Amino acid sequence: MEIVLTDWQILLVKVAIILAVVPTATLVAGYAEHKVMAHLQHRLGPMYPGGFHGWATLLADGMKFLYKEDIIPKAADKRVFTLAPFLIFVPTILIYMVIPVDRTLIVEDLDVGIFYLLAISSVSAIGVLMAGWSSANKYSLIGTFRAAGQLIAYELPIVLSAAVVAMLAGSLSLVSIVEAQRWPFIVWPPGIGLVAFLVFTSATIAELTRPPFDMPVAESEIITGPFTEYSGMRFIFSYFFPEVANMVALGAIGATLFLGGYRPIAPWGPLDAIPGVVWFLLKTSFMVFLFLWIRPTFPRLREDQLQKFAWKILIPTSLALILATGAWILYV
Amino acid sequence: MPTTDKHVRDASEVAHEAEILHTGGTRERFGTEEMILNVGPQHPATHGVFRLLATIDGEVLVHADPVIGYMHRGYEKLVEQRDYRQITNLVSRMDWLSGINNEFPLALAIERLMEIEVPPRAQYMRVVLVEMNRIINHLMFFASFGAELGAITPTFYAFREREAIQYTLESATGGRMHFGYFRPGGLKEDVPRGFFEGALRGVRQVITRLPDYEDLLVGNEIFKQRTIGVGVLDKEVAYNYGVSGPIARGSNITFDVRKDEPYSSYDHFDFDVPFGTSGDCFDRFWVLVHEVVESAKIVEQAIEGMPAGPIVGKVPRVIQAPKGETYVRTENSLGELGMYLISDGDKRPYRLKIRTPSYNNVSALSHVLRGTFVSDMIAILGSFFFVLGDIDR
Repeated sequence: MEIVLTDWQILLVKVAIILAVVPTATLVAGYAEHKVMAHLQHRLGPMYPGGFHGWATLLADGMKFLYKEDIIPKAADKRVFTLAPFLIFVPTILIYMVIPVDRTLIVEDLDVGIFYLLAISSVSAIGVLMAGWSSANKYSLIGTFRAAGQLIAYELPIVLSAAVVAMLAGSLSLVSIVEAQRWPFIVWPPGIGLVAFLVFTSATIAELTRPPFDMPVAESEIITGPFTEYSGMRFIFSYFFPEVANMVALGAIGATLFLGGYRPIAPWGPLDAIPGVVWFLLKTSFMVFLFLWIRPTFPRLREDQLQKFAWKILIPTSLALILATGAWILYV
Repeated sequence: MPTTDKHVRDASEVAHEAEILHTGGTRERFGTEEMILNVGPQHPATHGVFRLLATIDGEVLVHADPVIGYMHRGYEKLVEQRDYRQITNLVSRMDWLSGINNEFPLALAIERLMEIEVPPRAQYMRVVLVEMNRIINHLMFFASFGAELGAITPTFYAFREREAIQYTLESATGGRMHFGYFRPGGLKEDVPRGFFEGALRGVRQVITRLPDYEDLLVGNEIFKQRTIGVGVLDKEVAYNYGVSGPIARGSNITFDVRKDEPYSSYDHFDFDVPFGTSGDCFDRFWVLVHEVVESAKIVEQAIEGMPAGPIVGKVPRVIQAPKGETYVRTENSLGELGMYLISDGDKRPYRLKIRTPSYNNVSALSHVLRGTFVSDMIAILGSFFFVLGDIDR
């Protein structure tokens, strides 16, 4: 018997799937962060919660944060302070809507996929500004302005390098982009693909405010920047959860735009037998591992050096890339 | 707020310069003003209860005043109530990262007043212990400086290397931070079996692995950008503030008490004094890292040439220094540690004035911090290698 669902029921299923996938992905990536960093640093990381290699660490952490006192500073702008975590948290979930996990496995194949994605991921910047400003804390204030400068500066290279991919595919839909890509993915077309990938990855790390671009939340300088005054679950939903969830989302986007998404890594018959979901997850894991690997490897840049890096290196490079891509499309 | 008229005037002048330098005159256009930022006493980068009262203009530090005294424990008064053997354990707690180093000048001062002969084995032994302590102290700052710049991994590597040496020291003294092993006239007792092997193993491990860590941190491009030319401490300023130790040597002051005024048996050993030329954060850190290697060389030489014999000289049962006074200085891990001991012939000292390195070193901070960025402030604080207990005593 064929099951016929109304639009509303389809919507509900989609929402349910997203709400199940996002926390799971976050927990797995968060656990991976603990473990990868630990092993790079010659230690074991969490070993006890849950029994096997501390798999339940993050659940235990979550429970701990749940029981923490919810503190709102007296001088804080209470409404803005409580609203800010939602503005950071909700866009994070919305990113997952357009990521093609397989050729047909996608919540919403928008015609303007990339456009939607880049637009929605910038919304959280407003949330960060609100959080920092309403906290009435000087360290938050410094962090807020660092975040504002950084998020604006690094939107551009992301947009421009994504534009390169969109130009090559001739479409803004993420599924069409994956289909239009040619093997070997990141080095195709020669040079352009690889440079675009590097620009995208470094800009992504800055956008995620992860080391070495984590000045807005630099722990040794300004505590946790805009989120200094947040505690308990508010801290989780304003800082920790969105950071990890965004990392997975942007990793997935990187894998989709540059690594061929759900398609096999080589045009070789037997590899086609492996489902696209597996390829997609492998490639996303690779991207996430890249982010995790960079974190314990590098010291932190300074804010002005970061701006220089964005405006003097990344943005001119990506503009030159667009030019080169145009020439490639026209003449090759 | 302890801001005097002088400070305000200073601040506005410097602010004006800083503004022209960094903002291109935003203050006139937007009507911005300075903000007082209280860094510490509880702040991750201050290693304890150090406080910095900073006036910032955007991210630029217009003025910064170190505020100390949160950990004053009155050591100089406490020692007046205790006999000479008890003081050893007290001074061991001043600079908690180099406990055994602190005991050295005290023992030397008492020995000089009482004219006690220290047997050669004790002399060599003391050098071994002190240099091992210097290595673990320097590795600690290697770790913390990296962490302050956002590189978290060197911390764990440095602690792994520390542990071997720390364990060996523990096997001899029974302590990990507060050793209390020196006695007037020598040491508490001879070292246990296996001490020398453990010490050599630990020290050689540091020598073989340090180049890797250096590449990881010092060779990193971001690290260079964050430290070269940042927080320059001029030679003149360093002299004027009485800065000593690795920080002074970073500023091209090639003075090392161990080399220039050898005490104990330091003149028996062959070692270099690394020094930098520009006095920036990078040079200070570079000196610190290379001192580890030199200390390791001293430990190896001392253990190879270790004489046999007693570990304590002829010391009377009741230590009672004759009337007189003396000043002894040694090269502590972080600089020159001086002790001025006055005795009135009692079992207890009449007065013990302690000159600690960190106190003088941080006094130069205010000068160096002016006009830097908030991020640089953290790098500079980290590169001044201070221990709170050493500042406040």
